[in-house]
Amino acid sequence: MIPAPNRPPDRFRTLTAVVASVAPLLLVVIVVILFQQAGPAVSKFGLGFLTSIDWNPVTQSFGALPAIFGTVTTSFMALVIAVPVGVAVAVVLAEQGQQGIRALLGTGIELLAAIPSVVYGIWALYVLAPWSYQNIEIPISEHFGFINYLTHPAVRGLFNAALVLAVMILPTLTAVSRDVIRAVPRGLRENAIALGATWWETTWRVILPAARPGIFGAVILALGRALGETIAVTMVIGNRYEIPPTLFSPAYTLASVIANEFTEATGTLYPAALIELGLVLILVTLTVNLFAMLLVRSAQSRIAV
Amino acid sequence: MNRNARRGYASGASLFVMYALTVLALIPLALVLWFTASKGLPSVLHPEFFTNVERPVGVPGAGIAHAIVGTGILVGIASLMAIPIGVLTGVYLAEYSYARWAGWVRLASDVLVGTPSIAVGLFAYALVVAPSHHFSGVSGSVALAILMLPIVIRTTEGAVALIPSGLRESGLALGLPRWRVSLQLILPAAVPGVITGALLAVARASGETAPLLFTAFGNHLFSLDPTQAIQALPLTVYHDALMPYKSLQDQAWGAALVLVAMVLVINLFSRWVLRRQIRLAGQL
Repeated sequence: MIPAPNRPPDRFRTLTAVVASVAPLLLVVIVVILFQQAGPAVSKFGLGFLTSIDWNPVTQSFGALPAIFGTVTTSFMALVIAVPVGVAVAVVLAEQGQQGIRALLGTGIELLAAIPSVVYGIWALYVLAPWSYQNIEIPISEHFGFINYLTHPAVRGLFNAALVLAVMILPTLTAVSRDVIRAVPRGLRENAIALGATWWETTWRVILPAARPGIFGAVILALGRALGETIAVTMVIGNRYEIPPTLFSPAYTLASVIANEFTEATGTLYPAALIELGLVLILVTLTVNLFAMLLVRSAQSRIAV
Repeated sequence: MNRNARRGYASGASLFVMYALTVLALIPLALVLWFTASKGLPSVLHPEFFTNVERPVGVPGAGIAHAIVGTGILVGIASLMAIPIGVLTGVYLAEYSYARWAGWVRLASDVLVGTPSIAVGLFAYALVVAPSHHFSGVSGSVALAILMLPIVIRTTEGAVALIPSGLRESGLALGLPRWRVSLQLILPAAVPGVITGALLAVARASGETAPLLFTAFGNHLFSLDPTQAIQALPLTVYHDALMPYKSLQDQAWGAALVLVAMVLVINLFSRWVLRRQIRLAGQL
């Protein structure tokens, strides 16, 4: 028998594999360093940090609940506003109208996803928030003022922060949903039409159910964006550290507390508490993103079969 | 009205609603561009806006030259860190896509894309600012590099994977070692795709504000020194927009317009490069 030729080891593979370790390593190191830096706050407050509503640098008493509340409610309100619109736009972009116009609109929407968040922020501060205060918040509080949660309109508050978040996540949501809807096999649509279904019946009962796992993944991805968004929200949320009494009241999010207070935080406990807010934020978004990725992947493999 | 006619009307009506929602979605997005252009243009039309630095409120002739140069320095240093590592990682993912480690690296870079930029800023603060006891451009670049890395990785992987395997096999058949095939044969053919990824990453990094707040920090003076605090365009927009002076707010709109124009031009250019790459790869 002739022995196999003696190959030299593939050093290039080893080298690139080592360089490639930077990405996973970074992820671990970021979480570990933040955890270590948050140490004083973690050991002082323990799990009570997550449920306390205090935030007082003078008495050195810190709790994350109002910020967690603000982050979660603004993000979910943004989803409620953006998801129906985004999916409708995705359906139109995936199959309606002329090829040229569709491609143009599609490129336009993808470009809008690239606009920096500080630009959305300055627009929200000077255009969107005053407009929504006059034309949405005041009329709602006048007509539905008997519900306590719909009183006290304010230019900077929870609702307007959710509104600008909705505008910001719309491009991502639309672009990903459009790709998912496009990936639904043509045969499904043709079969439905051949059976006599109208356009709406085909879309609502055949196309969207087939694309549902992927669209859900797109929604979760958008949620991850909304949770971590900092600057635009900081400019319009009003920066008040409390669980807001009404839908329109000033509030705070995890990211905006850090953005506003970190450079001024003195002592050891105050910065550590802010870093612990960052740790909470990063752990939540990592979980949400991981979940979204698994969903989109499994949806794609299912459609491929 | 019979049942089929009703179904037809329902279908037509729902189509109309979807078109209406599409128009509704485009309105705010168009307004963002319109207001940035119309409010920013008066500032941008003065040539000293691009050559001067900040001046006290009330003194005419203020500019954002220090912010433009600062963004260039910050993103430049970040690119030097992120692009070589990102390209090599992308080559590894495409060339050894069957390796088990490649799956983990891919997962990590996908997760890294969604990491909140403010948390990355905290990390850069803990890593660079806290030990050196002062804010610095380098620490801002570290944060930006972490945000750029996953974009470079995934676009490089995509570009390398587009190259037909015939090219790789002919190189190996001629007896070239693996590293020469990857770096001297495959990578040059994939260069336009790699450039696209680098450009997209640069565009993303130029617009980031949150990670710079407590790393690069900002500076009212003209500075080229990356070891000291340095100004950046998004920081100018953020700080000036929140000021109660009309002149500073105008300056913020002007800086926002410069930022948007930069990001859009880079994105359009990278799309053009990518389209050429796909056409060329088809001819190989």
